[in-house]
Amino acid sequence: MNAISASLADSATMLRRNFRHTTRNPVALFNGIVMPVFLMFLMVYVFGGAFSVGVDYADYATPGLILTTICYGIGSTAIAVNSDMTNGFINRLRVMDVSRAAVLNAHVIESVLRSLVAITLVTGVALLMGFRPSAGLAQWLGVVGIVVLTVVAISWLTVAAGLAAKTPESAGMTVVPLMLLPFLSSAFVPADKMGPGARQFAEHQPFTSIIEALRGLLTGAPSASSIVTAIAWCVGVTLIGYLWARRAFTRQG
Amino acid sequence: MNGSAIAASGLRKAYKDKTVLDGIDLDVRAGTIFALLGPNGAGKTTTVNVLTTLLTPDAGKAVVAGHDVVTETRAVRAAIGVTGQFASVDNLLTGEENLLMMADLLHLPRKEGRRITGRLLDRFELGEAAGKPAASYSGGMRRKLDLAMTLVGDPQIIFLDEPTTGLDPRSRRTMWEIIRELVADGTTIFLTTQYLEEADQLADRIAVLDQGRLVAEGTADELKRRIPGSHVRLRFTDRHDFDAAARVLPESAGDDEELTLRVPGDGGVRSLRALLDRLDAHSIEVDELSVHTPDLDDVFLALTGHGNKEVNVR
Repeated sequence: MNAISASLADSATMLRRNFRHTTRNPVALFNGIVMPVFLMFLMVYVFGGAFSVGVDYADYATPGLILTTICYGIGSTAIAVNSDMTNGFINRLRVMDVSRAAVLNAHVIESVLRSLVAITLVTGVALLMGFRPSAGLAQWLGVVGIVVLTVVAISWLTVAAGLAAKTPESAGMTVVPLMLLPFLSSAFVPADKMGPGARQFAEHQPFTSIIEALRGLLTGAPSASSIVTAIAWCVGVTLIGYLWARRAFTRQG
Repeated sequence: MNGSAIAASGLRKAYKDKTVLDGIDLDVRAGTIFALLGPNGAGKTTTVNVLTTLLTPDAGKAVVAGHDVVTETRAVRAAIGVTGQFASVDNLLTGEENLLMMADLLHLPRKEGRRITGRLLDRFELGEAAGKPAASYSGGMRRKLDLAMTLVGDPQIIFLDEPTTGLDPRSRRTMWEIIRELVADGTTIFLTTQYLEEADQLADRIAVLDQGRLVAEGTADELKRRIPGSHVRLRFTDRHDFDAAARVLPESAGDDEELTLRVPGDGGVRSLRALLDRLDAHSIEVDELSVHTPDLDDVFLALTGHGNKEVNVR
């Protein structure tokens, strides 16, 4: 068996294992759905009426909630990766000459697919609550593309953080900033309504451009500059996460 | 297989300014059990990590199964199996799935993987629990599953890092039986332990590791011969008696804080009676008396000079 097919076979084996983990421990998926749905209720029914954003609030908030869904669901990936690292499982695989690509790819792919399932469900709830997208087919494809790029970027970053953390508990904590970032973006209120400092931060952080890109596509009025910025952020974060994960995987100790 | 299974010379490893391995030389004959004995922090796991290609030494050379651990990692990995200090089984998978996963990662044909899995489950008496998640297993079962996972690849040399730490006495004995059977089949075993009895029970040769150095190496009997013979240990409740006895028995060595004296002697009835007569003649009350023949604990004490609180005597 040559190196590439060996690596593919190993990736498939590891992926099968990670899927079993998710189906046997559905809390991970559940967490990634319940919180965003709750936030959706909170924003649309409780706070939303008080925010004047110029459009229907369900339409305004859904792109941000898609991102929130990724961030709330990703914690279990960090914990899973770290458990593998700290309980000796990854050492066992290293001694067996299983490629690191197989181990890391499997975690990323599983994390991406889990997020996409959660996002689909959350979007379904949003539709029930009055979300009325006016995107055409091409724009929907753009939405899917940006969502996938975003999940891949966040997953690589999380896998790296999970590998680098000392314990599963601290690995779980590393995703907290990701959970908070949507609130300091244009997810729920437009950045130009924020106070000084918060406003500049919100305008320039990656989530805002990703959310604006999604919002534009979903309302049928895509903004090219947001899309380009969003893609650039995703590619950059993916690269950093990937390189960091590779380093952390071979960390000796 | 004849000759050396593991040969290392001058292995060194340091983290920042802390030296973990300070020049380790090892020679493990094929088909034998070699025990690396030492307290926590002595460098046992680091040694295993170097020999199993997980860690590159700062200096020195190690050859495992005829291949250099630094330059021929792939060949070394193909020949060895490692069971780490913590049972690294997958908790959410069943015992059977854990073993099949190993077979898949070794790229064994599906049918052969099933056959090996079935055989290992039977051999380790895990057949009944095969369909249950490993999270529900007892400590002893987890260790057995962990070792079974290592055996899927049929390694020539097996590294066991503290294979019985934390196990109850019965599971420990089961594990010992399994280890003996493996060697009977021709496998070489390199095990680390902090239990003197374990090394004494299992190992053909023992090396004592202390603060990154090997302080002794030999068979259990050779090591025991290196230290002074039997002694009688006397304990006193009263400092006055302790001091008086120390004067009457000038050949003894005392521990001021514990009020105990070690009196060299063969531990025979005659010499014991003579000792008690001497104490009686001076009206010295002894609280407790015990006769010690040397065990590996004494070896450790004698070799390292600083005692070994972490080595548990069982």
